[in-house]
Amino acid sequence: MIDTLRLTAEGAKKLLDAREVSGAELFAAYRGREDDLHAFLHRCDDPGGEGIPIAIKDVIGTKGVPTTAGSRILENYVPVYDATVAARCKAHGLRLLGKTNTDEFAMGSSTENSAYGPSHNPWDPTRVPGGSGGGSAAAVSGGLAPWALGSDTGGSIKQPSALCGNVGLRPTYGTVSRYGVVAFASSLDQVGPVAKNVRDCAFLYSVIAGSDENDRTTVEVPATELPTGDSLRGVRIGVPKEMNEAEGIEPGVTAAVRAAVELAESLGGEVGECSLPRSVEYGVASYYLVAPAEASSNLARYDGARYGLRVDGDDFREMVMRTRDAGFGDEPKRRIMIGTYALSSGYYEAYYGTAQKVRTVIKREHEAVFADFDLIVSPTSPTVAFELGAKVDNPLAMYLNDLLTIPSCMAGLPGLNIPCGLSEGLPVGLQLIGPQFSENTLFQTGHVLEQALGFDVVPGRLR
Amino acid sequence: MTWQPVIGLEIHVQLKTETKMFCRCRNGFGGDPNTQTCPVCLAFPGALPVANRRAIEECIKLGLALDCTIAERAVFHRKNYFYPDLPKAYQISQYDEPLCSNGKLAVPSADGDVTIGITRAHLEEDAAKNVHVAASGRLHGATATLVDFNRGGTPLVEIVTEPDLHDAETAKRFLQLLRQTVVELDLSDAELEKGSMRFDVNVSVRPAGSSELRTRTELKNMNSFNFAAKGIEREIARQIEIYESGGEVQQETLHFVPGDEESPPSRSKEEAQDYRYFPEPDLVPVHPPAELVERLRAEIGELPGARIRRIADTLSFYDADVLVTGGLDRLWSALVGAGADPKEAANVLANQFVATGISPDAVNAPELARLVSARAEIPRPTFDEALAKVGDPNFSADPYLEQRLVADAGELDPVIDRIIEANPGQAEQFRSGKEGLLGFFVGQVMKETGGQADPRVVNERVRAKLQPESDSS
Repeated sequence: MIDTLRLTAEGAKKLLDAREVSGAELFAAYRGREDDLHAFLHRCDDPGGEGIPIAIKDVIGTKGVPTTAGSRILENYVPVYDATVAARCKAHGLRLLGKTNTDEFAMGSSTENSAYGPSHNPWDPTRVPGGSGGGSAAAVSGGLAPWALGSDTGGSIKQPSALCGNVGLRPTYGTVSRYGVVAFASSLDQVGPVAKNVRDCAFLYSVIAGSDENDRTTVEVPATELPTGDSLRGVRIGVPKEMNEAEGIEPGVTAAVRAAVELAESLGGEVGECSLPRSVEYGVASYYLVAPAEASSNLARYDGARYGLRVDGDDFREMVMRTRDAGFGDEPKRRIMIGTYALSSGYYEAYYGTAQKVRTVIKREHEAVFADFDLIVSPTSPTVAFELGAKVDNPLAMYLNDLLTIPSCMAGLPGLNIPCGLSEGLPVGLQLIGPQFSENTLFQTGHVLEQALGFDVVPGRLR
Repeated sequence: MTWQPVIGLEIHVQLKTETKMFCRCRNGFGGDPNTQTCPVCLAFPGALPVANRRAIEECIKLGLALDCTIAERAVFHRKNYFYPDLPKAYQISQYDEPLCSNGKLAVPSADGDVTIGITRAHLEEDAAKNVHVAASGRLHGATATLVDFNRGGTPLVEIVTEPDLHDAETAKRFLQLLRQTVVELDLSDAELEKGSMRFDVNVSVRPAGSSELRTRTELKNMNSFNFAAKGIEREIARQIEIYESGGEVQQETLHFVPGDEESPPSRSKEEAQDYRYFPEPDLVPVHPPAELVERLRAEIGELPGARIRRIADTLSFYDADVLVTGGLDRLWSALVGAGADPKEAANVLANQFVATGISPDAVNAPELARLVSARAEIPRPTFDEALAKVGDPNFSADPYLEQRLVADAGELDPVIDRIIEANPGQAEQFRSGKEGLLGFFVGQVMKETGGQADPRVVNERVRAKLQPESDSS
């Protein structure tokens, strides 16, 4: 009997290598489980082979397998090519279990913006799994996949991982190819792994990372080291005041994070306070100019002419307008409007131009902090998973979910979420952020803390 | 009042690189519709551009030939607008950080050089091609638009001039010189009919002596240099007339009918488009290394403008201009080097050789030089026949040079006598002073002898025979 709720990818590999289970049995264990969380938009049949199964977020293009990005406008779209990350998974023998649910075009923090309906949190199905990559996080925590790929623009890997109680990495911008990934905000989008523990997360990162000739923003990356050990001796851990004391952080979240920091200190970590005042104050505001501006341009290609939904009209202009009106949900429309406005002549300098300058300020502020610290920590999400529907009518409240994940995204820095405890019976996520290319440091620290914390990743109601 | 026209040009040149600007698809004409396409140039979700290194180098080379400053950092921008031939709904172009800027091109003229400022030369991608069709498959009453994406993504260099041009003739010669420069640098076919070179012209007029810039109109679709010169002249005249009759010129675009100089252009109001330019986040800035720029600079030979000036020392400016902009001057130099008379060689090349359509590169220059030098002594049809073959790999002038013209009066006189006898009326008219008829008789003799007679001798003999009295008196 394969316990898909508890089995890690590394554990699955051991079972396969020892021939205790066959590839087919392993795949069937995940594929046969009912998806009552609506984690998947599309599930695949076993392609055969002995590789470990994987779920992939539906913004990542998969050849021959529908890729909708959670949008009606791509309802029947089947890519003719694999995204580089999908191809690398395939080359590694990983078998696709299916495509996971996402907020439309990865725009959202709860999956409630998916045109195909929300996913549910495995810990409490009346609550959101976070977003936009709620489907991947729910699939991993809900025993529907040993690990998954997500994509993160302003928190779409880290925040759902926090809300579902698993490990998620948003890698350094430029370490993982975006080729074939449906673009939301090109200068921020980054694919990353979601897993049940840090070692799996590190391994999956090693599969997908590295420069790609099809994505000019990628670079060569340091070799990934699978984390081991139990000490944090000499690791300098910064606690940015503003990110740990921000208004809106739930007391239960603060308590769990504080306990984790104290644990880190007891394991040899050198903990100190630091400050990122402008990053926190202006992060969300500048993000909500840069990301929609790029999105307004990236989403302009969905015109009904070549693929996806088409609603005919008397001429090209009318066809485009009708197609986009019918194909996009409220959130993409809202962001396209904000972005178009921010880029408009006469407003460009005041909005997009200023936001880019703020972005530089955020980068410098982080660089200064990393002169004194190896990494910094904070809650990933100010709250635990909230009720479905609680914030759908209040976009601004929804945007503030990403208050703590956005600054480092704007700075292009890597961030790792690990579960660090429970509040109200729901997982609390600890965010570890390091300088560029510090993934190995994050893995190592995350792994040691994870071992010490002993968090049980299986949702309480399913144990 | 006298008026000064102010003319600026915007030229697009398609580069003939192996592959497209941002993907690996083959670049070039031909191929069934939509066969030279991929996820990138079809703008499939997730596809990303990768800039063509060769195209960047070629743009820099052209910039150097236009005396531009090559940027140490150049940036691609997105120019956003919806159009069916633009699958991403943005064109990747350059905006405020172009590869090449601040150059100039000196256009030689009979009265010295006219220097035209080059504002910028930047790299971008061409749009696809829209084909409007009706159920019948014809353009008339078109009911649908089909898009052929083969052309989409072709590397394109856009060259923008300062409004330094003040007459249509110079504008035309600027365009010819620019075309020749691009062709010689082997960057583009720059064929106007194929659209691999296209240009828009901005025209305004102002009172002579003033430095103001008045409302301009934009002229589009003029696909020949002569067409452009004519169109510009007409537009200048139209604007002057408007001002002189107390009116105001409206800012608008004049769309000419390609290949049809006589049809009046259709007009459209220029809509103030907001392209929402922003730096292309999918690409990194270009930093051309100094060594690369120097290597490219060293590859540029003597440019057409300089050659016109040099050759104009020997020939007239006009001849020099025609030879160089026609791509004939290197062959001309070779002919002169092989002993041909410079003026004679220029005449043959500019008037006769160019009509054969033979590539100047294919010609055996010493053999053609022999032919040119003997032109007056061999029959015209023989010369033409020889000229048509100078591109053959084994061409020799020998067999043609053997066919000398008949210059012997003893052979020609009987023919001349016969023709005068057969045309008594014309002979009489000539004698009574209608000198122009001499040509008639010479022509008849040339026809009778199949072009083998030496026209100078025939001329002389006909005149002698028609006017024996005056000769003897």
